Amino acid sequence: MKLLKYISKRIAISFLMILILVTVSFFMVKLIPGSPFTSEKMQAGNKAAIYAYYGLDKPVYEQYLIYLNNLAHGDLGTSYKIRAISVNQIIATAFPYSLDLGLRAIGFALTMGLLLGITAAYQRGKALDTFTMVLAIIGTSVPSFIVGFFIQYIFAVKLKWFPVAQYESLAHTVLPTFALGLGMLAMIAKYTRSSMLEVISSEYVKTADSKGLSKLRIIFVHQLRNALMPVITLLGPTVASVITGTFVVENVFAIPGLGRHYVTSVQNLDYTLITGLTIFFAVLLVMMNLIVDIAYAFIDPRIKLE
Amino acid sequence: MQNDAVGQMLDAELFTLVGVKPDEADHIKRKSQTYFQDAARRFRQNTPSVIGMIFLAALVVFAFFGPLLVKYNYNTADLAAANSDPSAAHWFGTDELGRDMWARVWTGGRISILIGIIAALLQATIGIILGSLAGFVGGKVDEFIMRVVEFLMAFPYLVWVTLMMMVTGSGILPMIMALTLTGWLSMARLVRGQILALKNEDYVLAALSLGAGTRRIILRHMIPNMLGVIIVNMTFAIPNAIFSEAFLSFIGIGIKSPETSWGLLVSIGMKQIYTYPLRLFLPSIFISLTMLSLQLIGDGLRDALDPKLRH
Repeated sequence: MKLLKYISKRIAISFLMILILVTVSFFMVKLIPGSPFTSEKMQAGNKAAIYAYYGLDKPVYEQYLIYLNNLAHGDLGTSYKIRAISVNQIIATAFPYSLDLGLRAIGFALTMGLLLGITAAYQRGKALDTFTMVLAIIGTSVPSFIVGFFIQYIFAVKLKWFPVAQYESLAHTVLPTFALGLGMLAMIAKYTRSSMLEVISSEYVKTADSKGLSKLRIIFVHQLRNALMPVITLLGPTVASVITGTFVVENVFAIPGLGRHYVTSVQNLDYTLITGLTIFFAVLLVMMNLIVDIAYAFIDPRIKLE
Repeated sequence: MQNDAVGQMLDAELFTLVGVKPDEADHIKRKSQTYFQDAARRFRQNTPSVIGMIFLAALVVFAFFGPLLVKYNYNTADLAAANSDPSAAHWFGTDELGRDMWARVWTGGRISILIGIIAALLQATIGIILGSLAGFVGGKVDEFIMRVVEFLMAFPYLVWVTLMMMVTGSGILPMIMALTLTGWLSMARLVRGQILALKNEDYVLAALSLGAGTRRIILRHMIPNMLGVIIVNMTFAIPNAIFSEAFLSFIGIGIKSPETSWGLLVSIGMKQIYTYPLRLFLPSIFISLTMLSLQLIGDGLRDALDPKLRH
């Protein structure tokens, strides 16, 4: 009952947050100087017609209400720059690419990060530990687009092991997955290592050890479950970093995903696409955080449900 | 019986103090170290951080004095010398307009580093003001500020910066403004938390009961105790701002030609990766080195200034 109340409260807060975000981004986009139609040579009459077509001739508050109404019906509007295409259509075609890349990157980062973190904690002070720490520092401080360029240049342009760009076959996915996942991998490895170190020296592990349990059982049943708690909190920020990571990685590798559309929409002043994608990302993130919070409340009985 | 035997062997002389002068026993031989001397000692023992410091110092020196070493301006085109490889005349070669890459790379570095430092300082200022306001005043003010922070933090920082940058327009000052307005969140949170924690410290209570005023408590007790975490937070804010500059320029809404910055050079270099990879690699390597050094310094400072946080 308490959990149910907690969940419904969290959902209400998430909903409110998205509503505020919609409002803020709608009005911020209205504040952007210039217009998406200034670059086009057109007669005054045409311009008025275009403004009327997109509803830009109405007062801003009215545009806002129309936008909210459309949004409530799941309609994010029409792109200003890509003719006759709705933002929903763009998301429908582009999102699968980003989702695929994002899931691969998260999968790669999670498996490698956990593996490195756990082994580093066990090999404390040895070569693998040092390697993990160096990787963690490099992975968190070198921007993903620079990682992207370097591996693109070395493995695709020079060595020709992988295709340079596009996203068609498994071979195409390797480099972008690595570029997008490296930063997350570094974070996860760092967190896992330090929380494993904490757990390794705890009393219940000593008890399990003195009971004569097998090493594997101790690692997976006793240590990892507890060591993973702080790592789970990383999942929210991880999704955020995947989203912003795709902005650059999809550009480096010419992948027709949402991140690439976001960047082009920013360059083109495609207002509806910018707002639409921002809202889409926000909903994705808020939902992810909600799931993480609820999962956390289930997993850790110590958490207070406020 | 045995006790008597032992008693005969021991006499009072065995228990006199040798070589200790009682009136000097509480004298501390070594000079006492201040918090910052102690921190500096700890920092020096941290080899990676010292290496980071040396690298950063070298990068800053080159960024500020490098362009003075050559006779070219970062923006003087010389079409006769366009696209040349590194040589005695042009140490890093020239770009497609014959502009000297050495001058461009280091002038760009100056802009990137300056943006990083100024943005971090301004973010810290706003963060400290709003954070201490929330912590001190509490109540409705605290509630409001923290709700705003929570809301802004729920969505990626880069999305906010991008939106903000589109409103303010491209250029160095607009970028600093956009970075400042979006980057104060973590500092505000940190300062508020510190103030709430320090409020309950015994030494603050002691100062209060000795009659110290709010001003004295803040200046003499709270700020010195928060300084460590504030400095550490700022050290990490600089590479963040440098990264944001690179990101924004990379996607085309940050610094624009004829101005130059590392991010802009990377985004120009990206288009020439097949023909002139050096133009992409130079700024990329320097951005990475700068961020790496700052990260190492930040880690070292955190360990040195805040021993409680060390793991």
